[in-house]
Amino acid sequence: MDIVKTFFNWSVFVDSLPLLLAGLWVTVQLGAASIIAGLILGLGVALLRLYGPTIVGLIAKIYIDIFRSIPILVLLILVYYALPFVGIRLSSFWAAWTALTLVSGAYTAEIFRAGIEAIPKGQFEASQALGLNYRYTMVDVVLPQAVRIVIPPLTNNCINVMKDTALASVVAMPDLLKQATQAQALAANPTPLIGAAVIYLALLWPMVVAVSQLEKRFKAGTR
Amino acid sequence: MAPFISIKGVSKSYDKFLALDNVSLDIAAGEVVCIIGPSGSGKSTLVRCVNLLEQFGPGEISVGGVPVRAGKELAAVRADVGMVFQSFNLFPHLTVKRNVMLAPMRTRKLDEATASERALTLLKRVGIAEQADKYPGQLSGGQQQRVAIARALAMEPKALLFDEPTSALDPEMVGEVLDVMRGLAHTGVTMIVVTHEMGFARQVADRVIVMEGGRIIEAGTPTEVFDHPKQQRTQDFLKAVLAH
Repeated sequence: MDIVKTFFNWSVFVDSLPLLLAGLWVTVQLGAASIIAGLILGLGVALLRLYGPTIVGLIAKIYIDIFRSIPILVLLILVYYALPFVGIRLSSFWAAWTALTLVSGAYTAEIFRAGIEAIPKGQFEASQALGLNYRYTMVDVVLPQAVRIVIPPLTNNCINVMKDTALASVVAMPDLLKQATQAQALAANPTPLIGAAVIYLALLWPMVVAVSQLEKRFKAGTR
Repeated sequence: MAPFISIKGVSKSYDKFLALDNVSLDIAAGEVVCIIGPSGSGKSTLVRCVNLLEQFGPGEISVGGVPVRAGKELAAVRADVGMVFQSFNLFPHLTVKRNVMLAPMRTRKLDEATASERALTLLKRVGIAEQADKYPGQLSGGQQQRVAIARALAMEPKALLFDEPTSALDPEMVGEVLDVMRGLAHTGVTMIVVTHEMGFARQVADRVIVMEGGRIIEAGTPTEVFDHPKQQRTQDFLKAVLAH
């Protein structure tokens, strides 16, 4: 029963549980904060890209392309270790939040852009013909329809952000993964790592299932 | 009396194709004008210029004395000029009643109760009050187009533009939409109707405009245009559409 004792050691698991839960709380906080900020940033960038003056649209496009190309880990290291040289010193939490938000914002912008572009031209024309201004056209007509289209890919992006929070352990943020590796070192036993993996699964599996359900529902047609 | 809608020397080109070629047309308040002509003759483009869904130039259009051009006054012009599209363009995520209520609440600042009451009155007028809480996707094409008319009327427009309102409909639904439009004519609202329904044009129009190649080639009362067309091209067009 060496395998059980090594990988699924109950007493080690119980001992490490408080650490793991503390780490989970940090992970959830970082994930939620990055997701929300990424959504707001992404919507703003998408609108600028689509409707801003040419030069602003171009800048938005360059932003999107850069942050979709750069590996998050590289960006995170840059933010955490390079920015202090220009006087910007962020805690590990805010460094991770910055990196995740910048990348998530780029992906979210592309998702929103695709969603808005999928709205037929006639919807814009009908809004204009009724004298609705740009804001009402967006808020009352275009975005409610675009949101239905973008919910499955957005949820997918949220899952990715949640997963990528684990990268923050590299800059010594006490997230779930970091706590697990520390508990593992402390107990000289890999059980906490297994525990962390199971907790990640428990957190993200339902979201994955939800995406499939949403995609099925939206494919079935609107109402 | 000054015309309510004035179109002066309007041209419009897409790349090299000249969609409108120096078109001038004055329309009096309350007048019902039907525009007919072969496909690609510029009929739709012309009505779409009146509320600036199409940019044009050179030329000038004014509605109620207000020039139609990009800027602050444009929203006010658009609010006064209703439009009914070939493809309905209802808002699919809103109920029928909400479709009708939206613009008056936003641009006329009506409160919810007033807007709702007005919407129900208009839906009754176009004969679909019982569908008020359904979504556009649940209605037939004819019903959707009648909702679109109610939606345009909710703004209490001084003019209504109809861009081939029955062209996307199954034949059995054309009549119900034309009946609603017939009911609107001569209620004081100015109407410009781009249509292929010659019977409707003959019966309802004060004036019929024939377009071809981006120009107005003939204009007159329905009797003049349909019974005694002066232009050979009008005769050819009418012969072609009335043959079947």
